[in-house]
Order: sequence, then C-alpha cells, then structure tokens
Amino acid sequence: MTEVRPIISCRNLSKIYRMGDQEVRALDGVDLDIHAGEFVAIMGPSGSGKSSLMNLIGALDRPTSGEMWINGRALSEMSRDELADLRNETLGFVFQQFNLLARQDAFQNVRLPLRYARKDVGDIDARAKECLELVGLGTRMDHRPMQLSGGQQQRVAIARALSNRPRILLADEPTGALDTKTTDEIMHLMQDLNRQGITVVVITHENEVAGYASRQIHFRDGRIESDSANPDLERATEPRQAAGGRT
Amino acid sequence: MKVGVATSSATEALFSNPMRSLLTMLGIIIGVASVMVMMSIGEGAKAQIEAQISSVGANVLNLQPGNMNRGGRNQGGGSGRPFAESDVVGIGELPFVVAATGVLSQQANAVSEEANWVTNIQGGDAGFFEVNNWRVSEGREFTVQEVQGGAAVAVLGKTAAANLFPGGRAIGERIRVNSVPIEIIGILESKGQSGGGGMGMDRDDTMIAPLSMVRNRITGGNRWVSRHVSRIQLLVQDGYDVMQAQEEVTALMRERRKITPGDSDNFAVVNFADMIKQRAAAAETMSMLLAFTAAVSLIVGGVGVMNIMLVSVTERTREIGLRMAIGARGGDILLQFLFEAIALCTLGGLIGMALGWGGVFAYAQIANAPMMVSPVIIATALGAAASVGVIFGFFPARRAAQLDPIQALRHD
Repeated sequence: MTEVRPIISCRNLSKIYRMGDQEVRALDGVDLDIHAGEFVAIMGPSGSGKSSLMNLIGALDRPTSGEMWINGRALSEMSRDELADLRNETLGFVFQQFNLLARQDAFQNVRLPLRYARKDVGDIDARAKECLELVGLGTRMDHRPMQLSGGQQQRVAIARALSNRPRILLADEPTGALDTKTTDEIMHLMQDLNRQGITVVVITHENEVAGYASRQIHFRDGRIESDSANPDLERATEPRQAAGGRT
Repeated sequence: MKVGVATSSATEALFSNPMRSLLTMLGIIIGVASVMVMMSIGEGAKAQIEAQISSVGANVLNLQPGNMNRGGRNQGGGSGRPFAESDVVGIGELPFVVAATGVLSQQANAVSEEANWVTNIQGGDAGFFEVNNWRVSEGREFTVQEVQGGAAVAVLGKTAAANLFPGGRAIGERIRVNSVPIEIIGILESKGQSGGGGMGMDRDDTMIAPLSMVRNRITGGNRWVSRHVSRIQLLVQDGYDVMQAQEEVTALMRERRKITPGDSDNFAVVNFADMIKQRAAAAETMSMLLAFTAAVSLIVGGVGVMNIMLVSVTERTREIGLRMAIGARGGDILLQFLFEAIALCTLGGLIGMALGWGGVFAYAQIANAPMMVSPVIIATALGAAASVGVIFGFFPARRAAQLDPIQALRHD
C-alpha cells in the first residue's frame, strides 16, 4: 500500500515553559501523525499538554524543540507572515469562548478570515452567507454575538472557521461553555463537516464529546498516554496508519 | 496588506467610544486650529505688506532732515534744518534718478461750498505723482508750469474729495484752504489704508498742490532756508541698486550740506520698502512663534493619541490574537492600528480646521485684516494632523503587530 503523507505530523515535539527558575515541560517529545479526513479527540487532564499541542498544531506558537509539518510544510522554516497565511488558508479555529468580535454581526464575523485572505477567494459575501447557512444561521446573519445564544455563537465561530475552506478544523474545548443539548448539536455539526472531508481535531476533557471522534488520544504529563480508534463509534472509519504514540 | 479590513476596523473603533475619541483628539484639534490661524494671519500680513510695497514702490527713497540720533538723543525725524529746492534739483540731476520731488505738508482746514474738512495738504513738484506711483483717476495732474507759477490748483485724494464734495462733482470747483482759494483739477486713485509711513492712516485723506503755492500761501517760509522743502522723495531707476543709490544720495547731500568727513549726517535717507521689509521680518518672527506653539500642541496631542492607542492595543489584545489566529499578518494589524491613529488625528484635524476657520474669521473681523484661508493652508493643516497620526500611531501599532498570537489570544 502507498504511504499517504499525514496532514499533521509531529516529531519529538517539546514545549518547555519557564516559571521563575522552574521548568515546566508542557510537551515532552511527542510524535504524532494525523491523516487527512480523521476526526481526532485529544483528551487529558488540565496541564497534560493537550492545549500546548493544539497551539503548536495551530501555528500559533513555536515548539522549544522538535519539528512539525502541516500539509507537508515544515513550520520551523516558515516566517511569521507565512504562518499567518497558513492559519488563514489551511486551518480553522474554534475556541471555547467563541472569540467573536462583539461589535460586529454574525455575517461580518464570518467574513473576517476571507478579508484577510491573500489568494483570490471570489465573492466574499456570498461565501460568508453560505457558511452561515451551513451552520443553520442563515436567518440570523445580522445578529450581533450578544443577541445570540451560546450555541448559536459557537455556530457562528464554526462558520467563521469554515469560511476559508480549511483542510483542518481545530477546536479547543468547543463545547466547554455549552449545555448538553447544544453540545450534541455542535458535535454533530463537526461530525458532518468531517464526513465532508475536513480533518477535525478536538481538544476536550469530556468523554461524550470525545465519543464523536474516530480516534482518541490521551495525554498525560506532556506525553501521549494512549492513542486508539474509538471503539464505541458505530460509523466505520477509513483505514489509516495508526501513528504510534509513545506511551 | 489588506487595506479594506484595516480601514473599516479603524473607523469602527473610532466611533465605538466617541467621548474618548473626542478627548484624545483635543490636542490635535487645538494644534490644527492654531496652525490654521497662524498660517492665515501670516499669509494675510504678507499679502498686506506686499500690497504696501507695491503701492509705495520698492525703489523710492525718502530724505528727511534731522539726525535721528544726535549726541545719543533722538531729535525726531524732520526736526533739523530742512532741505532747499536746489537740493531737489541737485538730486534730480543724479543719473539714476528718474524723478524727484520736494514735499511740504501741513494739516489744513479746507472749505468747499458744501462742507468743511480738515485734511493734510502736501505741496509737491510735478514729479510727485510719478515718484509716489499715484495717478489721477479723474481730471489731471498739475504741470511743471503750474508748479513754477505757483498756481492755486490741487488734486484731491478720494477720501478728501468725498468729504468735501458729498454731492459728487469736484473737478472745476473751488475750495478754500486756510482762506486761500484753490481750484480742484483732479481726483487721485485710491491708495487705501496705511501707507509706508504710518500705520492705519487713510492715505486717501489728502490734497496735493504745487509746492511753491503751498509754501508761499499756506505753510509759510523757513527762517534759515529759503525755498525750503521738508522732505525729498526720489524714484530710483529700475534695475539700479537701491542701496547704492542710497549711498550716492547720502554722499551728495553731505556735500551740499557741507558736513565735514567724520561728522554724522544731519539728515536721513529712508527706503520705505526696506522699512516694510523689516516689518515683514517682524511678522515672520511672530509667525514662527505661532508655528512653534502649533507644533508644541500637535506634539502634545500626538502623545495623547499615542497614549490612548497604547491603551487601546492593551484592551484589545484578545481581539488582536483572534485576528492573528484567523490569518491576519502582523502588517494587517499594524495597518489597522495605524489607520485608527490617522483617522483619529484626521478627524481631530477637520474639527480643528473648522475651529481655526472660525478663529481666523473672528480675527479678520476684529483686526480688520484680510482673511486668507487658502487650499495650501487647509492641506498643510490636515497634512500636519495626519502626519501626527502616522508618527505617534506607529509605535502602538507596531507593538500590536508584534504581539505573540498565542499570548494575545490568552490575554484577558
């Protein structure tokens, strides 16, 4: 069989923070491959390094050592601007606190990544509208975040993440601020998006949320504790090379 | 860099907190208003001075008797021994002198059939009109023959004519000046306010008559000098160095007045244009002072803008992080905050300009000065405001652009 190049690849990745004279190893030599089309849940207690990993995969932060590739490109060789373009074109972010601009309505929020796009994205307004319709908010485009419920705000954030047609959707505790029913809705939406071909990486500490993923990775003390297919998921997942996490 | 998204976020931020924006703009408003006022007053003064120079003529020399400074004491111009008509002739013979005239003047009471008016009567030679670049708008000037014959004729300035003949027709009419009957033969064109000699004087409130007639019948003669004149005016040929002319006239007059070498002059040769230029230089100094004030308030305003922009960057750190996370480059963020500072300053500039315009208008009303608000002034004022935005907005904007995305995103 042919070796398919993973869309996200980490080798010996470490992130060390200094707190006074103390060193905190948030990530400690992590090797990880995620393939296109996967739905990965990254789990672990707080301080286990899952958020640090997310920031590195999201090209928001640089590792202390180790190397990582996204879409085949080594991040260490990219400039600040190139990283910004990567975030714009290849990655979509969903945050726990939604991070919508309060003074702008849903439509304007969704449009924002498109306005920063450097390649030609065609009709920005039409695309923003399309994305809002996709998350079921086609009728609330002119609502400001304050006028929307938490679930709706997170849908706007997802629409924003999707507007540039990213290959990877990164969600950091996307349902942490939502109730159970809304959590289900949001996770179903992510599942739908994943079925359409977007690679989804979700950070969560909730088992119900991780239950939507096809692959679950547990972190502890900056290392991968376990990495396995989701046994409870009925949906048959595409065959993949299970990249071995070091435990 | 994406300009559109930067400008729209900038204007949005500007109006999201109008009170703060207004207070921040205050320094810029004051600065730009003073730039406007300063430049307008400067331009106005310059235009006025230029008009005066052209009305006096840049190459007219005036001779006054009496040393300005004798033995360390100021005797006052004209207090010394007067000149004689022969001096005028002598000066007239200098090769570079186009025309020369002696002048005798006195306040006099003029009476027409219609009115009574106190005005200034100036006796002059026929060359008076040419030297002073002052022509009749109606009637005629008096001739050399009339000057020699002491004819009782006069040319009236606009103001004197209007006061003596409210009915209008003056030429051919007779008036009495200190009981001497005089025929009006011409009306001078208007010279307006404040000539080279005195500030705020109405130069049109005057009457010009043949010198000999004025001396014989109105002012009377001088004890020491026969056929005296109190001043001499001469017109230097175009292209001839006025300073050189001044020296040569001085040399001639020293000789004529028998001043021994080493003694100081007992007369003065004054160049009106020079005096006006000195006033212009003084006005320039004043302008510089105002410009300095304007610059200081613009700088103070700029520091205020920088301060509030730094606050704004800190307040919106999370927003900056979010923008970076979804793909804004450092340059995009820089541009956004730079535009915000520029928008703040330009809006302040516009308000300042409106205020400045009002100030200039008020000044023009009070000081009776011409109001000069030119496109250049407007462009300078707005340009100054925008530059302050660029200069003082750059540091906070760069700070925002250099934020670390993850730290900005985590900021609360």
